[in-house]
This record gives sequence, C-alpha cells and structure tokens, in this order.
Amino acid sequence: MSELSVNHLLGIKYLNKEDIQLIFETADHFKEVINRPIKKVPSLRDITIANLFFENSTRTKLSFELAEKRLSADVLNFSSSQSSVKKGETLIDTVNNILSMKVDMVVMRHPNPGAGVFLSKHVKASIINAGDGAHEHPTQALLDSYSIRETLGEVKGKKIVIVGDILHSRVALSNIFALQLQGAQVMVCGPKTLIPKYIDKLGVKVETDLIKALNWCDVANMLRVQNERMDINYFPSTREYTQQFGVHKELLDSLNKEIVIMHPGPINRGVEITSDVADSKQSIILNQVQNGVAIRMAVIYLLASKIKQ
Amino acid sequence: MSQKVLLNAKEVNIILHRLACQLIEKHNDFSNTVLIGLQPRGVFLANRIAKILREDYKVKNIQLGHLDITFYRDDFRRGDKPLEANKTEINFIVEDKNVVFIDDVLYTGRSIRSALTAIQSFGRPKQIELLTLIDRRFSRHLPIQPDYRGRQVDVINNEKVKVHWLENENEDSVYLIEK
Repeated sequence: MSELSVNHLLGIKYLNKEDIQLIFETADHFKEVINRPIKKVPSLRDITIANLFFENSTRTKLSFELAEKRLSADVLNFSSSQSSVKKGETLIDTVNNILSMKVDMVVMRHPNPGAGVFLSKHVKASIINAGDGAHEHPTQALLDSYSIRETLGEVKGKKIVIVGDILHSRVALSNIFALQLQGAQVMVCGPKTLIPKYIDKLGVKVETDLIKALNWCDVANMLRVQNERMDINYFPSTREYTQQFGVHKELLDSLNKEIVIMHPGPINRGVEITSDVADSKQSIILNQVQNGVAIRMAVIYLLASKIKQ
Repeated sequence: MSQKVLLNAKEVNIILHRLACQLIEKHNDFSNTVLIGLQPRGVFLANRIAKILREDYKVKNIQLGHLDITFYRDDFRRGDKPLEANKTEINFIVEDKNVVFIDDVLYTGRSIRSALTAIQSFGRPKQIELLTLIDRRFSRHLPIQPDYRGRQVDVINNEKVKVHWLENENEDSVYLIEK
C-alpha cells in the first residue's frame, strides 16, 4: 500500500493498521532526510499550509512548522490570541477566509473536542488535528509509537503503561488507539479521580499502584497533570501526587528490568518525573521530539499527495 | 503484449565488464570517486558494477551508495499512482568527490534531473557523471546524456525496455516489451 485510507488526519480512530505502517515507513525516509547536511526536499513547493492554533503550544507548533518548511511548503501561522476570533468570528468563517487565500491544508489545535471533524465537514481543505480538547492528538500518538518501534524494534506485543492524568489527556486516548491497533497491551495508571470511569471498555488494564504498573510494563509514558483543565481538586496536593505517581531514579533502579521512559512534554520536573529520570539513558524524551518532525513530515506528505491538482 | 530479447545474460556480462573497465580508465584507483545507484532499479546495476570492480579488477576503494529521488521528482500529485519512496544510503562524504550516477535505463532524463538536485543535499560534488546500461535514443525531455552507456537502442514510445537481474528476476537480460 502506498496511499492513506483517509483524506484528513482527525484522529487515530479513523486510521487502520496499514495507514500507520505506511506513515512509519515514510517517516523512516524523512528521518534520513533531516539528518542530511541540507535537510530539505522540494516535494511540497506548490502547497500552502495554515497552522491554526486556538490553544497554546510550543513543541507541536514548532514541530509542524519545521516539518512543513522541510518539505518546502509555504506556511501561514495563526494564533487565536492575536486574531479576529476575539471579535466574535466563527470557526468556519475564520477558516474559510484563510482558505480563500488559496490554502491547501490546515493544521489545527482547538480547545473543543471534535473541532477538526466539524471543520473537515464544512471546508475544502485537508485537515490535520494537532490536538482537540481532551479528545485526540494523533501525531503525538504516532510519534510515540514510532519512538517505541525505534527503541524496542516493534510495538506489537509490548506492554505500555500510561501514567498520570488520563481524564484530561488527548495524548492518552490517541495512544491507546494507536498502540492497540499495532497489537500492544496498554495499561493506564493514576489516581482514581483522573481515570475515566469506563476506560476499561476500551480494553485497557487499569492500575492504581505505580510500582505494580512499572513492574508489568516495557515502556512507561508519563503524562503531565493538566492543571489548566481542572475545575476541581482531583487530588489533595501536588506533593501527595508526586509521592504516589511520580517516577524517580530509586524507583526505577528497584525494578527487576530496565524500562523505557517517555513523556510527551512539557515536563513538570519533580512532579511526574524527577530530573535524573528525565535526563537518564532510559529516557527517550528528546528522541520523541526529533521523531515528531519526521512523523509530521510523513503525515503532511502523504495527505498532500492526495490533494488533486 | 509481446516481448523480445535485447540482450541475453552473456551480452549483459560483457557489457558490465566493459563499463567497469571504462570507469577504471577514467577514475584509476577510485580514491576520489564514489558510485551512486539510483533507486529503485539502478541499485542492482550499481551493486553489480561495484562487485566486478572489487572482485575481478581488485579495486579496493570502491565507495557505493544508493540515492532515492522520490521527494525530488517533478511529477508529485500529477500521476494516477502515488509515489513510493525507497531507502537512501550514502555513508560517505560527496563534497568535492567525482560522483558517478548509475541507472539501468535512460529514458526521458527526468529521474537524472531529480537525482542532480537530490545529491546536492549531501554536498557539492566536484563532478557528476552518468552511467547507464540502456540509452533510449530520441526520447529525452531534457538535455541529459550518459557518459558511459552499455547499449544504445531506438525504441518507439509504446514500447518499454525492462532490465532483469539475477537478484530480482532470476536472470540477467534486457527485454523490449510492446505494451
């Protein structure tokens, strides 16, 4: 197969196993490209991409922008804080106005779940979801799986635990879909208040004891506590959270095997993981960031190849 | 669809040795020369030429790489079929080197144009040459000609030249296929 089954990347939910395989194989080629002296290919010279960020982002925005530039696309950047959205313009109007300037693809982050799906039904452009509320963050899940594949050889049959704030995390949901699609076993671990009530219906294991979870897994993906999305207190104090769900060097050393530590960023050092863990050789956090550019180049390239001339 | 044999295994073998000798004549000990097979089909020819140079002519310094041109092609989003990328492997420096591109059939010249752009991502070669097993005459879209050619053939547009290798098709031969 050499073509994606979808015209937009709205979530991992809409992809199949072959799509993920194709994205990974294409990303392998782009990973080689971004390690050349000249890290740029001319493929997307005639494509214009708008990055619409209705919510803050550092890594994802920079990663997408770099991926687009490495592919030679023209790039428009938009953040809602400096725009007419504040004056009351609707999402469809905003995007259609941008598209009338001959834009072919839209990368969007939005606080509302489903914003990407909604947009894809109303505008003529290829949409990439760069995070929609607590719903999905597909490129993050792809780069996480890609990094596991790179470190451990394959994803199939591996045991991955996602630790922390599962309730507010789009990374968790996309990761669960992506990992299961590739035949991995997934566990979630965190305070009961931060684990959605019916998450076991997705076929994931639930564990509230971090030591048990770490002893079970090959890879631990540590999530950030998303204080900005919390309207009530989900745990008594940050200190108590860290004591029960924070990973530190002594804890890792006490395990009977060497596990891989991942984190989608931004890290709250000393809360979900300590600095010595984040900077240890078991951590692949910076590999994740580098792979993010290759994965996003692959996704953009494959979607662009489906845009009719 | 009918096909006829343009070159059989013996003829291919003679031509490969001649091409190898021509390369030695120009590049001596290959100390400042690198060979680059163009993906996907030029790689078989490049591997074979490198093997002959190493084993039959005892040239020690052969540096061989593979270059994929997919992301540099000028027909992205223009064809019916999506383009499929292949692996690029260039584990040496091309800056200031004599580069020899190796491809099986030279037809429109567009692949070579893409390769000329692609190789610049790795540095600025001193010189670039082209070696091709089959040179289809009267079919070029661009002003590109080979420096070393195995056999020149006149082929009309609805015919296709297909090179078979022991490694992928169990025989060394070149066919002319009428579509």
